[in-house]
Amino acid sequence: MLDLRQYASLGAALKDALERWPNETCLIEADREREKVRLTYSDFKEMARPLCRALEDADFKAGDRAAIIMTNQSKWLISAYSIFFCGGVLIPLDYKLTAAEHLQLLAHSKSRFLVVEYYLWRAITQSPEFAKLTVEIVLVTEAPAGEDLRGAYRWEEFKRKGDPQFVARQREDMACIVYSSGTGGRPKGCVLTHDSYLEQCASLTAWYPFWPGVRYLSILPTNHAIDFMVGFIGPFICGACVVHLRTLRPEFVRDAFVRYRITYVSLVPMVLKNLERGLRAKFDELKPHERWMLDRLIGLNKLLTRGRPRVEVSRRLLPQVHKAFGGELRALIVGGAFTDPSTLQFFYDLGIPVACGYGLTEACTAVTLNDLKPFRADTVGKPLPGTEVRVLHPDGDGIGEVAVRSRAVMSHYLDDPEQTAQTIVEGWLLTGDLGRFEGHGHLQLFGRKKNMIVTEGGKNIYPEDIEAVFDGLPVKEYCVFAANYLWPQKTLGNEMLMLVVRLEQNQQFDDRLREEIVARNRRLADFKRVGGCLVWEGDFPRTTSLKIKRGELAEEIGAGAARAAVIGI
Amino acid sequence: MPTTDHTLDQILDLAATHFRVPREKLSADDDFFKTLGIDSLQALDLLTRLEHHFGIELPDYELQGVSDFRTLANRIQARL
Repeated sequence: MLDLRQYASLGAALKDALERWPNETCLIEADREREKVRLTYSDFKEMARPLCRALEDADFKAGDRAAIIMTNQSKWLISAYSIFFCGGVLIPLDYKLTAAEHLQLLAHSKSRFLVVEYYLWRAITQSPEFAKLTVEIVLVTEAPAGEDLRGAYRWEEFKRKGDPQFVARQREDMACIVYSSGTGGRPKGCVLTHDSYLEQCASLTAWYPFWPGVRYLSILPTNHAIDFMVGFIGPFICGACVVHLRTLRPEFVRDAFVRYRITYVSLVPMVLKNLERGLRAKFDELKPHERWMLDRLIGLNKLLTRGRPRVEVSRRLLPQVHKAFGGELRALIVGGAFTDPSTLQFFYDLGIPVACGYGLTEACTAVTLNDLKPFRADTVGKPLPGTEVRVLHPDGDGIGEVAVRSRAVMSHYLDDPEQTAQTIVEGWLLTGDLGRFEGHGHLQLFGRKKNMIVTEGGKNIYPEDIEAVFDGLPVKEYCVFAANYLWPQKTLGNEMLMLVVRLEQNQQFDDRLREEIVARNRRLADFKRVGGCLVWEGDFPRTTSLKIKRGELAEEIGAGAARAAVIGI
Repeated sequence: MPTTDHTLDQILDLAATHFRVPREKLSADDDFFKTLGIDSLQALDLLTRLEHHFGIELPDYELQGVSDFRTLANRIQARL
């Protein structure tokens, strides 16, 4: 593992990693049963070199911003490395956003360059907003031959001969701008420095080190904070290998565990649950005596791993289960959203430890993580080394807002001093999440005090961002809230967005209105949809500039209406 | 080559059988996540079944932004 204290930037650390393990495999890319790419660190360097030179020739300078909109694949990492090598600032955008949202964030981040997959570029060029594209140079990967790329270059042809000059950056320089969501009214671009990433990477690898030979299966989108760290920076600075899949169909993911003998994988709770469902279904198919034996072996494994994971022992006790995961799996890493403790316990009892953590984009990647000493399914672990966590204004049960201070915390929200001042107060990042420390220093989470939800797929959804779809709805006024924000509850999970409508005088909430709401709701991506509707009788409180005072309205609704009054749609 | 309507019918038949939903409850403009009560992973599973049925390969991205049967039928039709 590289000693990250010696490096001033991600580019410098990655550059050294490529030199340090030239013959180790760093990337495998597979599409279904077909392996498409296998690169050593030396191959990776050779593929990045002509791109770096071409960026130089295109006058890409230190501090210039370059966005990537791609699914997980080798060109994502090669492009990101080249951007860092040339001193650039990376903007990893969520490929699942719409073309209009991509265009909005490209403009907000002031990106000069863009690397994008062909099908995503096609959607952007077909967007009515395309004329507003502010990016100067666009590189498109996998474009079909002869296709008009509307002024973009082919990634594969954007190269120059010669040796590029490495551009040094300082620790305090901006490394990435990561949008924690907020594509609607107010984009929230978290500015993370090289120091943030290097510190975070050092503390994560102190607890969960990688080494040459480790194979990390990259399933979460690389633009997501977790995969960017655990599926790119972490493995690379340790000489490990990242496996990318071009399809996320469950059957091919299962196959990849075995084919590539995966060591670690990060998952969101939804995928973990899917795996649990699959395993439980298999267990249910067993004959009674086989099931009886399995249950006894699981019981024995629980006993032997009570204090700490003993993967070798578990593999011997439950070989069939472990073979299904390739036989080399050491742990599943789960984060991004609330995970049901029973799911975590299910896997741990099978001898597959789940490193469950808590993090947010504003804090780079992770704030706390389960160190498995011993495993706890009911907490999100302990603060990582170098991370201070406090619970502010605890109530009688010790529950209060979680605040974080560490070098990994973002420096600010891009171009938004007001939001930054509300979020980072006297050096502490106010997370808006409610938590409490239990006796052994583990953090337990109990819900949110902010108006947002996190889906099981790890997506942050801010109600303000989806309101535009209800523009022109035939009601007097409307507003979208997270249900738990209106009616706080000290639990996580089952979060829901809901539409609050104030009807016109004598207007009824009839089928026609319901259908209109349902039709508009469908225009949203499935994970952004509202799950219910509430008819509110009072006028919405507004500022002098007629903006809805959300906090005030939420308090009024919380006090004046019951959750049971929500109409399902 | 089958017409888009024919393709759509086959998709609806297959979805009804696979997810055990009465065929008459499914229609072209339904949001399949909601009507079938499935998540995005199960939707990918449906895509695999459709690939086998139509003998084509559908990259995951063809499902991006698609949530109704009619659009899905158009995407499949374009590859037949």
